[in-house]
Amino acid sequence: MIPLSHFLFISACLFCIGLYAVLTKRNAIQVLIGIEFMINAAVLNFVAFGRFDANGGGGQMFALFAIVLAAAGVAVALAIILNVYKHFKTIDPVKTDTLKD
Amino acid sequence: MSSEQIIFYFFAAMVLISALLVVSIHNLVRSIFLFFVTLFSLAALYVFAFADFVAITQVVIYVGGVLVLMLFAFMLSNKELLSKINPVKGIIRVNHIVAILVCTLFLFILLNVIIKADFESLSWIKTADQINGKDNTVHQIGIQTMTRYLLPFEVLSVLLLMALIGAAHLARKEKKV
Repeated sequence: MIPLSHFLFISACLFCIGLYAVLTKRNAIQVLIGIEFMINAAVLNFVAFGRFDANGGGGQMFALFAIVLAAAGVAVALAIILNVYKHFKTIDPVKTDTLKD
Repeated sequence: MSSEQIIFYFFAAMVLISALLVVSIHNLVRSIFLFFVTLFSLAALYVFAFADFVAITQVVIYVGGVLVLMLFAFMLSNKELLSKINPVKGIIRVNHIVAILVCTLFLFILLNVIIKADFESLSWIKTADQINGKDNTVHQIGIQTMTRYLLPFEVLSVLLLMALIGAAHLARKEKKV
């Protein structure tokens, strides 16, 4: 039996790696990957705590919901990224600094 | 050390190492394919928390869907990024040091909280009836979806429809006015 805290340590590390990607990357797709890391860290926590809820199954259910929501978010975000590329010819978040001109 | 623990820590190391490589590697295509490795080994970790259905969903949705979408978006948006891989050095460095500092400090806070909170000695965790290897979690999830979590399930289906329509609307070709 793996202790609960080890799951939490892994998810904390994964969350910080995602945070680093979001803060430093100069490409919108890599920023999106960082956000996915953070979401996955949260899902790992849900699942790790869900082990202690044999009758309710709440942790696993909400892990599933979180995965589906993340997938929906990625679909919309990638469509937006493609539009940004069409407009600015780059997807560097530093250079895309104007609203509709 | 039992074989269960050895496999668990192997996959945990794989998650962390490949995630670190994803954020540190310069080649974008490689980083997206390494992201695939991270997601796969993360699914293996879910199995160790007795969440086999979540692990399968992770593989199907992330590896099958999200990753292909990302590769598509990458290839549609990256003509010039492939040719010049190393952009300016000087400005980025300072930026990176600050980010590393923020992330490590945040990591220390998180680890500190986890150690201090000491979840294993909480009363509800001690008294909880844990899932053991013999429970059929897929059966359980099916029943829960149709009873206790029916409303979130329906709301989620409407949201997925909205996301589908929204993504299709955003990605369509704009008419010249």
